[in-house]
Amino acid sequence: MSEPGAGKPAKARANGGRRLNIGAVRSSFAPWNDPSAVPLVRFEGVGKRFGDQVAVEDLSLEIYPGEFFALLGPSGCGKTTLMRMLAGFETPDTGRITLAGEDLAGVPPHRRPVNMMFQSYALFPHLSVEQNIAFGLKQEGLPKAEIAARVVEMLDLVKMAPFARRRPDQLSGGQKQRVALARAVARKPKMLLLDEPLGALDKKLREETQFELMDLQVELGVTFLIVTHDQEEAMVMADRIAVMREGRIAQIGRPEEVYETPANRYVAEFLGDVNLFDARVSQIDHPMARLEAAESLEGFFVLDDDCPAAGSAVSLAVRPEKMRISLEAPPQGTHNVLAGEIWDIGYTGDWTNYIVELPGERLIRVARANASRFVERPIGWDDKVYVTFDPDAGVVLG
Amino acid sequence: MKASWPRPSALIPYLWLAIFFALPFLLVFRLSLSDSALSIPPYAPQIDWSGGLAGFRRFLAGLDFDTYGRLVSDHLYIKAYISSLSFAAQGTLFALLIGYPMAYGMARCRPQTRNLLLMLVILPFWTSFLIRVYAWVGILKPEGLLNAGLGLLGLPNIDLLYTPAAVQIGLVYSYLPFMVLPLYAVLEKQDHTLLEAAADLGSPPWKSFWQVTFPLSIPGVVAGCLLCFIPMVGEFVIPDLLGGPGSLMIGRSIWMEFFANRDWPFASAVAVALLIMLVPPIVLYQRQQVRALEAGR
Amino acid sequence: MKRGASVFNLVSLTAGFAFLYLPILLLVIWSFNASRLVTVWGGFSTRWYGSLFHNEQLMGAAWVTLRVGLVSATLATVLGTLAAVALTRHGRFLGRTLFSGMSYAPLVMPEVIMGLSLLLLFVALKVDRGLLTVTLAHTTLTMAYVTVVVQSRLATFDRSLEEAAQDLGCTPARAFWSVTLPNILPAVLAGWMLAFTLSLDDLVVASFTSGPGATTLPMRIYSQVRLGVSPEINAVCTLLIGAVAVGVICWSLASKWRTAAGRQPPA
Repeated sequence: MSEPGAGKPAKARANGGRRLNIGAVRSSFAPWNDPSAVPLVRFEGVGKRFGDQVAVEDLSLEIYPGEFFALLGPSGCGKTTLMRMLAGFETPDTGRITLAGEDLAGVPPHRRPVNMMFQSYALFPHLSVEQNIAFGLKQEGLPKAEIAARVVEMLDLVKMAPFARRRPDQLSGGQKQRVALARAVARKPKMLLLDEPLGALDKKLREETQFELMDLQVELGVTFLIVTHDQEEAMVMADRIAVMREGRIAQIGRPEEVYETPANRYVAEFLGDVNLFDARVSQIDHPMARLEAAESLEGFFVLDDDCPAAGSAVSLAVRPEKMRISLEAPPQGTHNVLAGEIWDIGYTGDWTNYIVELPGERLIRVARANASRFVERPIGWDDKVYVTFDPDAGVVLG
Repeated sequence: MKASWPRPSALIPYLWLAIFFALPFLLVFRLSLSDSALSIPPYAPQIDWSGGLAGFRRFLAGLDFDTYGRLVSDHLYIKAYISSLSFAAQGTLFALLIGYPMAYGMARCRPQTRNLLLMLVILPFWTSFLIRVYAWVGILKPEGLLNAGLGLLGLPNIDLLYTPAAVQIGLVYSYLPFMVLPLYAVLEKQDHTLLEAAADLGSPPWKSFWQVTFPLSIPGVVAGCLLCFIPMVGEFVIPDLLGGPGSLMIGRSIWMEFFANRDWPFASAVAVALLIMLVPPIVLYQRQQVRALEAGR
Repeated sequence: MKRGASVFNLVSLTAGFAFLYLPILLLVIWSFNASRLVTVWGGFSTRWYGSLFHNEQLMGAAWVTLRVGLVSATLATVLGTLAAVALTRHGRFLGRTLFSGMSYAPLVMPEVIMGLSLLLLFVALKVDRGLLTVTLAHTTLTMAYVTVVVQSRLATFDRSLEEAAQDLGCTPARAFWSVTLPNILPAVLAGWMLAFTLSLDDLVVASFTSGPGATTLPMRIYSQVRLGVSPEINAVCTLLIGAVAVGVICWSLASKWRTAAGRQPPA
């Protein structure tokens, strides 16, 4: 869907009427759209249960060389199990996993050409920073000089050279994270697995580290697979995201795809906030479609792409930041107008979130960027307001 | 996950325990079905391997439950079992009454003091059990320290040595650390904000103790009581050194049958009966250990 | 529990520790008493220590005990550590329930039963009773304690460290040697110490399983104590207590020094 030149607002209609997604797009890199590209990792019908509990179910997935791939989902969705199966710490009950064409079944963790950065970092407490980094190299039986050179290289890479002699318990959380990273990439793995790599860091550090990880991935040219429950982390860093739910993949796509064109209600609700309206397609008149919904007498007018045939029951998903809120009634003829009363206001500084009560006790959420410091008349509790959104703001979910 | 064969590294301790722990119990059971005899070793029948299958049949035919019959019909042994259980139950109760306030007090100290006190509780573990029990002989004997102290206060002498009371003192004294440690482990881990929350919700301290602290410490109470009760039942050294002929305990009976009377089959039968008695508390203790281990994960 | 100790806490602690330590303290005092009577202070004297070192029976028994203790504690540490690893790391295997039962049962098993059953085993195997049989018996008796100590450490030991080692190219066995063992070493050593002192201390199992020429110190002490309080035994006890106290103090100083070294503030 995304193409060179994207980055303009969704409204801009270019390329013969095809709309382009918003988002930071590494546009030249899309091996998943290239039929001749060979995936590095292939999960084929992989399943795993623990006792009665299904962790992963009949899951198939391909990850391409050089990709930064994120597995995103709530805890217990099977993302960590999937990663641990790739590292060799769990054995799939069904299906198979191949890495660079080689079936991994029966290959123990220590013979797999992947390395993992553990959520707890798992730095060996009895070894110094440099000994930790050298650990994996020693197992390969490399000559001492080569190990020493590689350790120095890794220390420089993560800017930890001054701390080479420290023990892990003398390091801050961010420093530990760097050492864990250096240790994992020292062996030049075909693929680096990162289990919640930023989970233990505070918010500021997390943001910085996100960018560092992205730079590092480009620099090393190693394929990254990251497991996270934090959507922001996945969206910022990953080329593609697989949103997981109860052992299955709910959607795979670029960050902007899964956010702007979620495949189903689950993905729409899991990523960010969304207002969902139960509706029925009443009329399709290309490029527009009209939906009947309890919230609007006139019905909603939306773009007709991906819209099922008239008569189908659908959900209309509209993100709060794509709605506008106003005290004044919009001009006659404006589509998609909802009148209501302010129920609650949440001011977060950069944004203000309004909870608006529509007739019938229906609550919707509208977000407004606080682009200026002052307004003529602020919106207050119990004010009568009008909420509108453009026809291309909503997504029709089957 | 399917059960697999134990790995070689597990097999070594496994085999060791099978040979030196499980197999001997089977031997005890088998011997308890034999009869005492004037031979070396002093029991009959013995397996006659030279007789082949017929010899083994003869051996099986020689086994019977006579020793158990004696055990049930002899009041002395029934009494010994009952008195062992009652000694152990009382000893456990006293250890709990002394140990709980100690563990509670320790848990309320500052961390450094706490560690020091913890070490002081553990330290007696490292000093000989026999020696510590023996020290009480010097205190309790008629011309011992206790009576010297009572004499100074102008009180009448009491003869405690070789009485059930002396055994009780010895039991409580020896097993007190086993009570304090699990209690302390539970109490120390308790979040003190729970008590603040209870106070905040209007509960006075003594009520908070009974409504919050104590219920949460029950796993420690159970572990401590079992850890005291089970070995107390089979105790030998304490009744032997501090108790008189009136302080019947089953561990001592086994010892006497074995060393003094050289009646190995009967000693074995007494041991089997003791073991059967101890199975329920031991199983309870094991379950609790497993649960604690899983909760700790 | 942040709030300080109350009067009630202080009283119960003082009384409890007095109860625990008074008899030990008295033994030490009596060992320096010139008089044979526990209630009469005959002046400070080390005569009992002197006669102790000329008591060849006691010294011989001490030597036997020491050898049994060193060998059995070492064997028990190896076996108990292997058992602890199997119980915490090997998942489910055939006969695991039986194995864990056998691993813990010696903790609560009456010593009289253990002694009797081991004796019957040695009789059945036609092994002459002596140093070897006591050592085997003590290994079996004490390995359960090692298992418990090591297992509780392993249970809190971050498993991802072992996984990280494997991820970095170690076989499971190598991961144990190069990562797990160095980190659980304090627990393994504590287990060894516990096994050693239990072996030094044991009277009942040793009485059943030892033979002529392998009389251990507790057996010797026991037979003397049965004849009445002997000041020489007080001296032995004081020496043993002193050795333990020195050992424990060294241990705690070492661990304090270690934690202090580990707590250097990041510059």
